[in-house]
Amino acid sequence: MKSNLSALAAGLLFGLGLMLSGMSNPGEVLSFLDWTGVWSPDLIGVLGSAVLVSLVGFQLARRKDRPWFEAEFAALPRKPIDRSLLFGNLLFGIGWGLAGYCPGPALAGLALGNDEVLVFLVAMLAGGFLQQWWARRRNDL
Amino acid sequence: MLTKLDPASHWLAGQIAGIHLFTLGGGMMIGAAAVLLYHAIGRIAGVSGIFFTGMKDGGLWRWLFLGGIVVGAGLGAYLFPSLNIVSRPNPGIWILILSGLLVGWGTRQGGGCTSGHGVCGLGRLAPRSLVAVLVFMATGIITASLLRHWLGVPA
Repeated sequence: MKSNLSALAAGLLFGLGLMLSGMSNPGEVLSFLDWTGVWSPDLIGVLGSAVLVSLVGFQLARRKDRPWFEAEFAALPRKPIDRSLLFGNLLFGIGWGLAGYCPGPALAGLALGNDEVLVFLVAMLAGGFLQQWWARRRNDL
Repeated sequence: MLTKLDPASHWLAGQIAGIHLFTLGGGMMIGAAAVLLYHAIGRIAGVSGIFFTGMKDGGLWRWLFLGGIVVGAGLGAYLFPSLNIVSRPNPGIWILILSGLLVGWGTRQGGGCTSGHGVCGLGRLAPRSLVAVLVFMATGIITASLLRHWLGVPA
């Protein structure tokens, strides 16, 4: 119960932050990514202030044995910097630069009367499942 | 916030002054949300990971977090309706589909997105995430700049 309520609270705060910071507006995102137009540094301001807070928070968490409401911190993958990481993020960046959406802001757009995100989110689901199908198939061969 | 700056002004000072209070405040809320999720239940607030894993394992907390994002954004739009804008033309259905496919595929293959690798990964000082952020920033900047300027897609 407490775990679920925390997840809900975190989501609410996340969505509110996305909206207030302007990141739910794909035009704002593109005005940072597009270096040929009127450039806006806001995205770096948002990411920078978010990382500042998370830096402190994650360092504090190192002193704890376990989270408040669960038995342990979820195990994080200890993977190398490999081709999947590079190639996946290369493709993600291209998609991001095309329309100005990454997953969080696209989700937030559902509450903002922004019909574009419906198309984007369906395609995003399809892309993710295609990748997982492809990855499984490659492992099988 | 869309900042329109006089190109003749002192560039750096103008850039700094143009950063709206909401930019930093909103960013800190995003960071605080990631810290809350980790301290409370030990999970990384990576939207793409939670989204796709939620489709398979269906843990309730995943749906509450994702639903919270939608409701939280709606709350922001209710409190500050003037901030709820889309300041670029609709790129059309094919660009939206292509970009969605790439974001879905890329975040699965690359193990995260702007929140997982960016907000959380950089905060955890994870080398993989730093590489991820540099790569998606670079290709995002190249794509947006190419498309919107040199290829003449209206911005």
